[in-house]
Amino acid sequence: MAEATMQIFRGSSEGGKPVEYKVPIAPGMVVLDALHYIQGHLAPDLAVRWNCKAGKCGSCSAEVNGRPRLTCKTRIDSLPLDKPIVVNPMKSFPVVKDLVTDVSWNYRVNKKIPAFQPRPGAKWKFFQEDVDRPQEFRKCIECFLCQNVCHVLRDHDKKEQFGGPRFFVRIAGLEMHPMDGVSRIKLLRDEMGLGLCNITKCCTEVCPEEIHITDNAIIPLKERVVDQFYDPLVWIARKFTGATGR
Amino acid sequence: MTDRFETHEQDVLVIGAGGAGLRAAIEALAQGVSVGVVCKSLLGKAHTVMAEGGIAAAMANVDSADDWRTHFRDTMRGGKFLNNWRMAQLHAQEAPDRVRELEQWGALFDRTQDGQILQRAFGGHTFKRLCHVGDRTGLEMIRTLQDRGVQQGFDVYMECTVVALLKDGARCAGALAYWREQGRFVLFKAKSVVIATGGIGKAWRITSNSWEYTGDGMALAYKAGAELMDMEFVQFHPTGMVWPPGVQGLLVTEAVRGEGGILRNKSGERFMERYDPKRLELSTRDVVARSIYTEVREGRGTEHGGAYLDISHKPAEYVKRKLPSMYHQFKELADVDITKGPMEVGPTCHYMMGGIRVEAETAQTTVPGLFAAGEAAAGLHGANRLGGNSLSDLLVFGRRAGLSAAKHAKEVSAPTLDPVQIEQAEQEALVPFQRQTGESPYAIHRDLQEVMQNLVGIYRNREDVQRALGELEKFKQRLAAASVEGTRMFNPGWHLALEMKAMLTVSEAVARSALVREESRGAHSRIDFPELDPVWGAKNNIIWKDGDSMALRQNPTSELPAELRQILAEDK
Repeated sequence: MAEATMQIFRGSSEGGKPVEYKVPIAPGMVVLDALHYIQGHLAPDLAVRWNCKAGKCGSCSAEVNGRPRLTCKTRIDSLPLDKPIVVNPMKSFPVVKDLVTDVSWNYRVNKKIPAFQPRPGAKWKFFQEDVDRPQEFRKCIECFLCQNVCHVLRDHDKKEQFGGPRFFVRIAGLEMHPMDGVSRIKLLRDEMGLGLCNITKCCTEVCPEEIHITDNAIIPLKERVVDQFYDPLVWIARKFTGATGR
Repeated sequence: MTDRFETHEQDVLVIGAGGAGLRAAIEALAQGVSVGVVCKSLLGKAHTVMAEGGIAAAMANVDSADDWRTHFRDTMRGGKFLNNWRMAQLHAQEAPDRVRELEQWGALFDRTQDGQILQRAFGGHTFKRLCHVGDRTGLEMIRTLQDRGVQQGFDVYMECTVVALLKDGARCAGALAYWREQGRFVLFKAKSVVIATGGIGKAWRITSNSWEYTGDGMALAYKAGAELMDMEFVQFHPTGMVWPPGVQGLLVTEAVRGEGGILRNKSGERFMERYDPKRLELSTRDVVARSIYTEVREGRGTEHGGAYLDISHKPAEYVKRKLPSMYHQFKELADVDITKGPMEVGPTCHYMMGGIRVEAETAQTTVPGLFAAGEAAAGLHGANRLGGNSLSDLLVFGRRAGLSAAKHAKEVSAPTLDPVQIEQAEQEALVPFQRQTGESPYAIHRDLQEVMQNLVGIYRNREDVQRALGELEKFKQRLAAASVEGTRMFNPGWHLALEMKAMLTVSEAVARSALVREESRGAHSRIDFPELDPVWGAKNNIIWKDGDSMALRQNPTSELPAELRQILAEDK
């Protein structure tokens, strides 16, 4: 039977090293299957976060041969087998153990975002074309791969000033919700550091849900920030025409 | 001695953060009590995210003739009338309000032409009834509830696993848990505890369930003195993936059939015409699962031992819009483009109709202060659940459990925790570390899955189930000698060793109940007793802990009031 050599980071916040395991390959196998094989037969204490193994929960994010991926959707037969398949934890978050990272920062950022609140007196009647765009954002499975690759977080570690693409997507989903009555534009500028994003689209490239993070969420939000804070003429004009800018 | 543990005190402690747990927590908060939610995974990753097809609620947005009575009747018929009628009634009556509430909390469902929530057809439902978001309805529900709960201010203890419920005399007083990250223990003191831990599907080899579905909540409640009910009724979803091997069992949503998907055998025959000519692919899950199984057993299966499910006669854009995650799932994992050709599908262990026995209105178990809701609780679905009735179950009875738990918490004084119980639970949890040479819990788990798959699966008979019970005894002994490697820090081998105890408890309850029910009803099919037996139709199997052994008795089902009997008699 064909075999793959898996080279997995084993260790904790105090350090660690890559360890190699030989894993038999079955047709259609994914990287997470190989990790399960290692747990089941070679290293029962290998720490891996996963839930659904169906690309729906966003738990099993890791870096496979240097590329941030969901391990449940990364086919072994898509990778070269003449060298080890290297699996490392997401780089932008502190390692807890092996492939498990501490993603609690994301939950703290999320808490800062004012939740959905319906516009007073809103009629609960709206159409598919009103929801197509926010539905795109609500596909997000919170795998945090976009956070992991965003250079503002990955290279510059600006976690205190910057919310990251995941939360721009969440805010876009709320701001473009046809019934929502809260503005989060000031929050985007002042606390979420939207201006730090220079639209390199790294987030969009890794999104397993194929959300157009940069084009459909971040850029329109940047425009709203500009409209609200930096363009008084547009602001006055809007007052007269009643356009919402949506 | 309790000072040596990190301790949290809550009025209401909810175990589990899927749909039922989150809805319970939100409701309890709304009653003005303090609420903590403990969950094994990160918040937002619970099994509910995998729910695809929709939420069943008689809103009549698409089929104006729909109403709660029809939904009630469909549910009872689907459950082969073993359902707790009061739960089925409350569920059908309250589901529409629960869906509207989700919308008011920000959920964005697919829309009808006139701007309402769109509803789709599903197996066993007379009318188009499932409110949905493409094929990712569960994700929408989890996010909506999660955001609502975080905004309202519940405390969340993520990646934290409960190992024992603690009692103060007869009443539930809290729980001992450990942080998965460090393996440190943590104590929860609570006036009310809600179990919303979901199902048990990880005891079978071919399953659509995630690793979390190990029956923890049912086993915790059983050990704390609560009763389990209807444990023989395990739903095998008709359509799981069968190929490639790594994804065997992965769910293929019933929405594929709801949107017009057709089942065929290897000769191209639409075989459902033989099994249920009226409802065809949209028959109930028990019937469709057995039909596919029979086709395969009789040699009419596909190359990889399943049936073909084809939606490619619909326009490709429509399929991609209504079934986006199925499209991607097959494309990425099986190299199949479902807009061009058929999927291969076969039955997969999916859902537990049985569970903790609860009072219909209050979700109260037989232990004071202990409540249960969602898949962990029994009663609503009887012998077979209709698709879409799970998400609505979570909302309706999650809310009711939260309400009752809060009410109970307001009425009672703070409980006292018993150091002896705590120490015992701690020792029990740590014992696998004391052995150096035992086998890995993973090996025992693999063998358990084979036994449950082969001997307590879709079709059962006396010899098989008796053999399974014998095997379960051996697994218990093997588990008692198993050891785990490494430290307490995020150690999946240790986690599994603890979960195996729960899986063995619930597997035994399933096998014992399946052995005594000598009839075929809904999801429970006995080859040696293939007919419905009206005598068994009036009984529920009840399991409880009697000293060190598992006891079983039958309770008579309660009599339907005349007005509900009338509804069931109407033929629509």
